[in-house]
This record gives sequence, structure tokens and C-alpha cells, in this order.
Amino acid sequence: MEKSRYELNKELAQMLKGGVIMDVTTPEQAKIAEAAGACAVMALERIPADIRAAGGVSRMSDPKMIKGIQNAVSIPVMAKCRIGHFAEAQILQAIEIDYIDESEVLSPADDKYHIDKTKFDVPFVCGAKDLGEALRRINEGASMIRTKGEPGTGDVVQAVRHMRMMQSEIRRIGSLAEDELFDTAKQLQVPYELVLYVHEHKKLPVVNFAAGGVATPADAAMMMQLGAEGVFVGSGIFKSGNPEKRAAAIVKAVTNYNDAAMLAQLSEDLGEAMVGINEQEIELLMAERGK
Amino acid sequence: MVGYMKIGILALQGAFVEHAAMLDRLGVQHFEIRQRRDLETEFDGLILPGGESTVMKKLLYELDLLDPLIKKIQEGLPVFGTCAGLILLAKQVNGGQLCFASMNITARRNAYGRQLGSFYACEKFADTKAVPMTFIRAPYIESVGKNVEILATVDGKIAAAQQGRQLVTAFHPELSEDTTVHQYFLEMIG
Repeated sequence: MEKSRYELNKELAQMLKGGVIMDVTTPEQAKIAEAAGACAVMALERIPADIRAAGGVSRMSDPKMIKGIQNAVSIPVMAKCRIGHFAEAQILQAIEIDYIDESEVLSPADDKYHIDKTKFDVPFVCGAKDLGEALRRINEGASMIRTKGEPGTGDVVQAVRHMRMMQSEIRRIGSLAEDELFDTAKQLQVPYELVLYVHEHKKLPVVNFAAGGVATPADAAMMMQLGAEGVFVGSGIFKSGNPEKRAAAIVKAVTNYNDAAMLAQLSEDLGEAMVGINEQEIELLMAERGK
Repeated sequence: MVGYMKIGILALQGAFVEHAAMLDRLGVQHFEIRQRRDLETEFDGLILPGGESTVMKKLLYELDLLDPLIKKIQEGLPVFGTCAGLILLAKQVNGGQLCFASMNITARRNAYGRQLGSFYACEKFADTKAVPMTFIRAPYIESVGKNVEILATVDGKIAAAQQGRQLVTAFHPELSEDTTVHQYFLEMIG
């Protein structure tokens, strides 16, 4: 991938900032998401909560289904491939997807190597639990990062943990002396240049969204206040009682995340939230996939 | 003059922080417009950033910002729209919805296709000099109507235009280091 292509891909993520990216499984859901104010949609056959319920191996979605969603909306369309599955990524690039999510929500195809994303022209977003994971993914060519959270649970605790961890490590690196950065690079297993960037700019070199377990406007506002630049909502919308209303409320909560009075209004009468499962109740921790 | 100016930046969604950084470099005061009460501040110019025009239009409408801003633009408030901001100002949009519909241009949304069609160019702007141009899932202007001056073209497609105190670019000057286009806007305000 040319350097300029990578820059363009980081810049698309900049355009998504302050927005909500919603998981959708059908063209109808994609249209609901677009009308509710999604800045992009993630096309997948089953939302994480159903993947979790169904068990078994979870793979890239049928390209025909993804194309149906591409034709239904005018906003960017993302899709997931398995961690390390470069052939799935090649297929997604061939259908001109706007962003590939190399995602721990699907079953990993490689338990050691992630995709060499520098070999692709389309952009990649990857999940991370901490700064080391984030910078390793960026070094492999990811042009956007999201917290892993714990997908399909409706439990925000892990997204909070991951965002707090990243922000606190960024603050720590920002305060180090320059001659201490070499050792940090060694510990994080990432190139010195990336650590230097974080030290100088006090932020990741790419856009960082929150994901995994966001189910309410309050969850979204909390993640924004913790430093997220936007929010992915997966199961939280279409597993809830009133998807249209909840989706629109979360969009507004992300724009006015500091206005508690408005958040109170937005949180009224949203109907049933997704039931959710606590992290202690689940057997499969997707966040532990791909480090 | 520039020192006393205050610019409102629509901050509902998208790349508004980048415009703020550009204005910081030029020493111009600015503030974010996220809801109705933000319009109580007096300001001399409005920037509509890049992002998704569908999202911004919906939020403008639902947060009761659309009508007051249309009124201000009609009354001559200088406005600068980049990419999605261009779509919001166009009187006709192919592949998208109308929003402020205050400028006599016909825009084509996502005119270069999906992200693989995004690109860089460097072309002359407003008869001054060549400026770097970043096109991200960009629109272009198919045609211009009365009183609209074309300020830049890229491969024969109109990439920047002005009508009175309204300025639009299909590209993102806020993503480059070059301050030419923002300076041009500030000079429009006077």
C-alpha cells in the first residue's frame, strides 16, 4: 500500500468521528440505521449477541448480503473478516468495502498472526484492549482502532476497562522522559516511532472509537467522556425494543455527550434495552482473541 | 481584523476539530455549535465540516438548528462548507438530501465512488496558487447557476466555488498544512 493510500484511509476515519457506526444484518436494518443518523454501518450476517448464542465457527458474511447493504445506503459500509484471514479480507476488498474490521467477534483464523494490512488498499479497523495491542495493529497497517469491549453482551464494563487502560497508558507515555521511550517500545513490542508519536501528541496516531457492550445513550456518552472519538453499537440497537428510537437517541448522545439534561431527555421512553449478559456469566471472552 | 473575528464550527459529527486546529494556526477565535443554545454567541462566520451529510442534516433538524442557521445564511452570514458541508449548502443534490439549499450549485454526492476512489490532487485555487486537495468519498459540483464563481477544478470536475459570501470545496483543506483556503474564507468575511 502506498503511503498516501494509508493517509487517505486514516482520513476517512477522521470523517467518521463524533458518529455512531451500527451493526446491521439486512438492507432494511441498514436503512433504519442510516435514517437514524448512523455515520456508517457494519454489515454482518448475525449480530454479536446471536453469534454468541449460536456458538460454532463464525466467518465473514456472504458477499451478496454485504452488496445488498451497499446498495441500500449511501453512507460507508464496513464488514468483518476473521483475525488473520487475509483471503476473506481480499474478498471484501474486491467488493470495494469502505472499511474492513479484522474482528475478534468472528472465530480467529490464525492464532499467531494478524493480517498484514499494509498489503491492502482498503482501510482496516482493529480492536484493542490496551495501548500495546493498538500500536501493534497500527504497525500492521490498521488505520483506525476501537476498544474490543465484550461484544454481544450489552455489558459496557470491558469497553470502559479497555478505554481507560489505553488513555491511562497514553498519559503515562506522554509524561515519560525521551530516553525512557526506547524501553517502552520494547515492552509494548512496537516500533520506537509509534511510541514517540504517542509521547509527542498524547494520542494514538489514528482515530479511536469505543466498541463492545454499548447499549444505551448513557453508555455512549460515558465512552465519549472517557476519550472515545465515536462509538460502534452492535447488538444494542437491533436487540432492543425500539431500534429506531434507540439508534437516534444514541446518535444524539454522542454529539451532546457532555449535556446531562439532554441525555436525560434522550434516555426517556426508549423501551426495552437489550437484556444483556454480565461478563461473569459468559464462557467465551471474545476480547481475549488476537493480541 | 482577523484577531477580533469569531467563527462558529458546526460540531454535530465529522472532522470539526481539524477546522478548529486550522483556525488556531491562523490566530482566529472559534467555538463549537452542538445545540440551539450555542447560537446565542455572536459570530462572524460559519464552517460546515466534512463528515456524513445525512447525519448532520438529521441532527440540524432535530436539534432545532436548521431554521436559525438558514436565516443567518440568508441574511449574509459568511459560510464555508467542505465536502459534506458542500452538500448541505447545495440547492440540488444527486444521491443525497437537501439541507440549507442556499447555493446555486448541483452537487453529486459520493461522486468518486467508495473509499477506494478517494485521492489527493494539487490544483490552482482562486487564481492564486496550487493547493493540496484531499478528496475522501468526495462529491463534485456538476453544474453551477447564477452568481456562482468556479474557484477550482480537478480533472474537469468543479471542486470549489463561491456565491457571494458562501464558499464550498469538495475537498478537505483542513486536512493539509496549507492555510490558503481558510485564509480566503477569512478574507471573504473582511
